[in-house]
Amino acid sequence: MKIRIGFGSCGIAAGALDVMESVKQEISERSLDLEVQITGCVGMCHNEPLLDVIDEGKVYTYGKVTSEMVKTIFEQHIQGNQFVTEYLVSTPEQPNDFLSGQVRVALRSCGIINPEKIEDYLVQGGYEGLRRAVLELTPDEIITCVRESGLRGRGGAGFPTWFKWQAALQNKSDVKYVVCNADEGDPGAFMDRSLLEGDPHSVLEGMAIAGRAIGANTGIIYVRAEYPLAIKRLEISIEQSRERKLLGKGILDSSFDFNILIKKGAGAFVCGEETALIASLEGERGMPRLKPPFPAQSGYWGRPTNINNVETYANVPWIISYGSEEFNRMGTEKSKGTKVFALAGKIAKGGLVEVPMGITLRDVIFKLGGGIKDGRRFKAVQMGGPSGGCIPEELLDTPVDYDSITQTGAIMGSGGMVVMDETTCMVDVARFFLDFTRKESCGKCVQCRIGTKRMLEILERICSGEGQEGDIELLEKIAVKVKEGSLCGLGQSAPNPVLTTIRYFRDEYEAHIRDKKCPAKECKSLITYRIDQDRCRGCGRCARKCPVGCISGEKKKPHVIDPEQCIKCGTCLDVCPPKNQAVVVE
Amino acid sequence: MGCSCQDEQNLLDEKNGLLNNVITAYKGQAGSLVAVLQDAQGIYGYLPQSVMRLVGKELGIKPAKIYGVATFYTQFRLAPVGKYLIMLCQGTACHVNGAERIQTAICQELKIKPGETTDDGFFTLDTVACLGCCSLAPVMMVNGQAYGPLTPDGAVKIIKNVYQKEMQSGGEVQ
Repeated sequence: MKIRIGFGSCGIAAGALDVMESVKQEISERSLDLEVQITGCVGMCHNEPLLDVIDEGKVYTYGKVTSEMVKTIFEQHIQGNQFVTEYLVSTPEQPNDFLSGQVRVALRSCGIINPEKIEDYLVQGGYEGLRRAVLELTPDEIITCVRESGLRGRGGAGFPTWFKWQAALQNKSDVKYVVCNADEGDPGAFMDRSLLEGDPHSVLEGMAIAGRAIGANTGIIYVRAEYPLAIKRLEISIEQSRERKLLGKGILDSSFDFNILIKKGAGAFVCGEETALIASLEGERGMPRLKPPFPAQSGYWGRPTNINNVETYANVPWIISYGSEEFNRMGTEKSKGTKVFALAGKIAKGGLVEVPMGITLRDVIFKLGGGIKDGRRFKAVQMGGPSGGCIPEELLDTPVDYDSITQTGAIMGSGGMVVMDETTCMVDVARFFLDFTRKESCGKCVQCRIGTKRMLEILERICSGEGQEGDIELLEKIAVKVKEGSLCGLGQSAPNPVLTTIRYFRDEYEAHIRDKKCPAKECKSLITYRIDQDRCRGCGRCARKCPVGCISGEKKKPHVIDPEQCIKCGTCLDVCPPKNQAVVVE
Repeated sequence: MGCSCQDEQNLLDEKNGLLNNVITAYKGQAGSLVAVLQDAQGIYGYLPQSVMRLVGKELGIKPAKIYGVATFYTQFRLAPVGKYLIMLCQGTACHVNGAERIQTAICQELKIKPGETTDDGFFTLDTVACLGCCSLAPVMMVNGQAYGPLTPDGAVKIIKNVYQKEMQSGGEVQ
């Protein structure tokens, strides 16, 4: 029997350290000989902290574990052989729906292995792909295998991976580079962080295979400085692989050398763009340049450079180990394999899921994610972050593949899926994203620099109730200019959140502009808070909690909000007892 | 760049040795400016003008270029931060789950706006694009420790607790 605790960033934030402390204490108090292992994120973030009891290979998972629960689990399950059924979230007999609907390729070892022990990765068949790539296959054979698998880039654009590799192989140079883009800047996406924290070796192995295929001896991981745990685990893994001759000089006693360095990104969304990323690696401001030449021709320090995303690399060892056919069997005609999504927002069960391409959005959100939390109604799902768009309810049966998602006006993106319900204002969502892209625009192209600013100003005035007739058309007009006049993907896609919300939620824009109403009751300038005089029991909670003291009334008599003073923070609504529901938003 | 004040100079002298080690480690490596600035900020907590000038002199890079790089990336700060850095997540998931209300509550409690530091030097409030803990939204991080899901009241309570602990332990600002 052993115990396994989820030690990803989200698990730690939810209290995994306390759980570990309690577990160690129980073991010593009860004088047990029990192995305790850490692991990365299994994806059930909504149930963190997670604790697995593994008995003869069977995994029993307890969720939302507290120190008190640890005591009970020890008493009843570990020493008494009785499951603590009320805390169990998944068992071999009754696997959680969230997990059983998934097919795991990139996340194959996340939440299973100890990411800080190479032995665990090796037991799962780790570095078998690299062994084959180095000892059995030629560079051309590796690229053919990747081509036949149908693997497309998981970072956003969905470009065929083999094509980039082929180009980098064909460009002759004595020095070439393999770069891993781990600058996950898309707000609402955390797939890459979880992968790096949960299974760092899979990314290292994928990069080494790419190095062997294109003839590069140096790999660079460009990772967000905001991901300290991912960086720490990468450093540990690189060291371990070197010791075992799986990285470094003479890999597996062959003539192939491959080293990996880590470079920390300093926080710029535009650095997700390949040429901007290279500029940043070279210590410059991360500003994109015109392509061609493509990085495969002239990249880092002018040398042929192959850049792929974290998830793309994590797929590669699996493809080389199990063969292209196995991978090709999954997915749709043009989108092969699986895709990892980060489910967040107003979803009942948020977390990380990996599903075969072609599954519908409805299945991902409702079957795996358990639908909308608090019993509210689904309104839209945002895919692709600031470059993507909002997909409405009527398109929920859209299959998840690159081409179908692009047709909706959104993009597959790196895999962020932020679910929105009826309380989310779509104009505000568009404003939110434009605010982001306006800040993150590097400023090189005029249309992007000024266009996003002008679009944001229009959206701000619509949200504050000062929208004018013609604003929607003006937004659409500027959007076209920004798309046409921008050099890189950031500008070309920045208008997407605005265009998709206008396309599917035009009525909300019109309600803001013409009726000066926010249907979702979110835009502060367009709503008022009022206390229903018949429902208010005069408990005084709202008056005590109001940060500006604008609620008055005698004890046990109906209270009143002074609309002049009210800052519309919503505190009164939160604290009003559910049985009264006296605070009304209009 | 303008002159630096006396305090800044004293600070620089104290930590000069550490900075010199960083510069020596990277000297001669092309393209290491971002890494040097990251390490420098690790030492000082921010990038004082005098440090940027020194880095420029040692690496042979013009101060204007260093300033250009330092202002391009959100990680770099040009002003000192408080003892506790509160990073409030503004990611999409946090936004739709009410990050703005958390911000209002914290701003009211500390009487500062995002980007500012309290008069006593304890807290700096900053907003970040995404902390990557979306399933805990809305989230904030105080000196590297993540908290979530937050309510406006809960966020204020966390800050009050930090403050109380500080007061009990003597409340020295570093």
